[in-house]
Amino acid sequence: MTEENSLKYDMPDEAGHFGPYGGKFVAETLMLPIKQLDEAYQEYSKDPEFLAELDKDLHHYVGRPSPIYHAERWSRELGGAQIYLKREDLNHTGAHKINNAIGQALLAKRMGKTRIIAETGAGQHGVATATVAARLGLECVVYMGSVDIARQVQNVYRMRLLGAKVVSVDSGSKTLKDALNEAMRDWVTNVDDTFYIIGTVAGPHPYPALVRDFQTIIGRESKAQLQTMIGRLPDALVACVGGGSNAIGLFHPFIDDASVKIYGVEAAGDGIETGRHSVTLGAGRPGVLHGNRTYLVADDHGEILETHSISAGLDYPGVGPEHAWLKDSGRAEYVNITDDEAVEAFYALTRMEGIIPALESSHALAYAMKLAPTMAKDEVILVNLSGRGDKDMHTVAEREGVEL
Amino acid sequence: MSRLAKTFQSLSLSGRKALIPFVTAGDPVPDFTVPLLHAMVAAGVDVIELGVPFSDPMADGPVIQKASERALEQGMNLTRVLSMVAEFRKTDDTTPIVLMGYLNPIEFMGYADFAQAAARVGVDGVLTVDMPPEEAEEYAPLLKAVNIDPIFLLAPNSTEERIKKMAAKGSGYIYYVSLKGVTGAGHLDVDDVKKKMAQIQQLTDLPIGVGFGVKNAETAKAVASVADGVVVGSAIINKIQANLDNLGLAQQEVVTLLSSMRQAMDNEVN
Repeated sequence: MTEENSLKYDMPDEAGHFGPYGGKFVAETLMLPIKQLDEAYQEYSKDPEFLAELDKDLHHYVGRPSPIYHAERWSRELGGAQIYLKREDLNHTGAHKINNAIGQALLAKRMGKTRIIAETGAGQHGVATATVAARLGLECVVYMGSVDIARQVQNVYRMRLLGAKVVSVDSGSKTLKDALNEAMRDWVTNVDDTFYIIGTVAGPHPYPALVRDFQTIIGRESKAQLQTMIGRLPDALVACVGGGSNAIGLFHPFIDDASVKIYGVEAAGDGIETGRHSVTLGAGRPGVLHGNRTYLVADDHGEILETHSISAGLDYPGVGPEHAWLKDSGRAEYVNITDDEAVEAFYALTRMEGIIPALESSHALAYAMKLAPTMAKDEVILVNLSGRGDKDMHTVAEREGVEL
Repeated sequence: MSRLAKTFQSLSLSGRKALIPFVTAGDPVPDFTVPLLHAMVAAGVDVIELGVPFSDPMADGPVIQKASERALEQGMNLTRVLSMVAEFRKTDDTTPIVLMGYLNPIEFMGYADFAQAAARVGVDGVLTVDMPPEEAEEYAPLLKAVNIDPIFLLAPNSTEERIKKMAAKGSGYIYYVSLKGVTGAGHLDVDDVKKKMAQIQQLTDLPIGVGFGVKNAETAKAVASVADGVVVGSAIINKIQANLDNLGLAQQEVVTLLSSMRQAMDNEVN
């Protein structure tokens, strides 16, 4: 990357806009706290002491850098490009979510906040947040849709073990989007002492940029690791996209590297044509939800629709505004994978490589399965294996008719 | 002069304060709404905030959330809310109607189309909860061009700089959110409201309506003593929710509540 190239991509602008997307669409009471958050973030993201503490935690507590693994057997079987996996599943708590939770929690501490709130879908972000809150001795409340609570029993128990209060959200579709609404309501009520750790690259500015910056460790490490392993850039990146935090974390450091193809994989559920899907970028249209302008799954009147995916972490009707921008600008391509295809990839990686992936990450793997055979044997696909599949045992067993 | 300006002017001349009820359009059934609006006018209200139901009402407490859900189950949407305003205007050409809701339905209709349609049916103001003036560069002028007042919110933590911004960008009135929280929450502190009012009034000539936490005649009276208008929402919707099996009674109870507020507010100032 030349110096000139490295300066090309610098979204968002000062007001948090990625072209027409992003922004600060919140009620007045939240305008001051998001401004304070932005100021604190501007200050600490340049503060050597803060960055040193973050690095130390990422290394000694999370276990970074996470390795990159060459899935040789699986690649050979597919008969095309070489598939490499960025092993975010090996992080403490089992997914990439901890990268951001630690960053925001350290920020909360610097800002003097004593209470942490979060929303969660699959429970991975809730667990990551409860984990760092326990470690820092902060009060923690996690909002979770009652539908998700029922399908992620283990993660709910993990959060409670860690000392977090898990609040069941019964409004609307009772899933991630409603948990986010409820967390926002809590924040607006308790703005003075509370820090809201948003788990994905959505929400009002500065969240999409802030969460991204904490997640770009994935892409920055990958670039250096591949340089050592293969001596060059990969030919393609693949990551699953719900809100899109693991994807942007991988993609962002490569945006200016034009030779690298970028694929974001959305969850097609039962298939787009059934209406039971979460294909926001591929089948939605731009609107405003949860503080930013982005693509949304909604009806003709702008009412947000219920989405579906076998993976709770991709079951979200919006998407990070930066992905909306990357789609429109053509820099990234957004494809989709059904529940069935994701489960097929889940089995494939488990049996070919002895790695049980999260169902979210299985969407990215499923697309890599399609892509690899179309590419040459000396080409390289880097897939973000964003989380491990332990939490999904129940869901997969149930599909097989097995009772655990 | 716009209906809102006219209303606040005549109230000011008679030394009275505006009583501003909020109801969710189509809650619990579409047929209930227009007759309720007329009944509220007869009970002495001055301006009506008509809620456009939205699937994700982030700034609302449980009472208004439920109202939105009931209305959406009945197939309500922004287009149908506009039809209700047209229906109301057939027999009432003076009471200002302010649409209150969230931005996404308006984004989907398109700002220009929405402004045209709203003006055509006789909407007087639009309060979009999740649209701060910073993001309204295109939106607010489109509304003003068709004589619809863009109404912005102020909160207890709004800085002087932001108050000035609302004063410059908004018109009709300013909606002051009396407490940090969601609609229907807690109890407002009249002394706190009074202090903030003094600050806001120094920076704008726009009338100020105060909402969030107005529950009964007593709080309405207290708020009327320090503000230009009193907004009441959840307390009304509670009456509807408690009488879903008898909508005649629901309307009657809403009217009784508003009449008691009207009386208490007028006695305060006289």
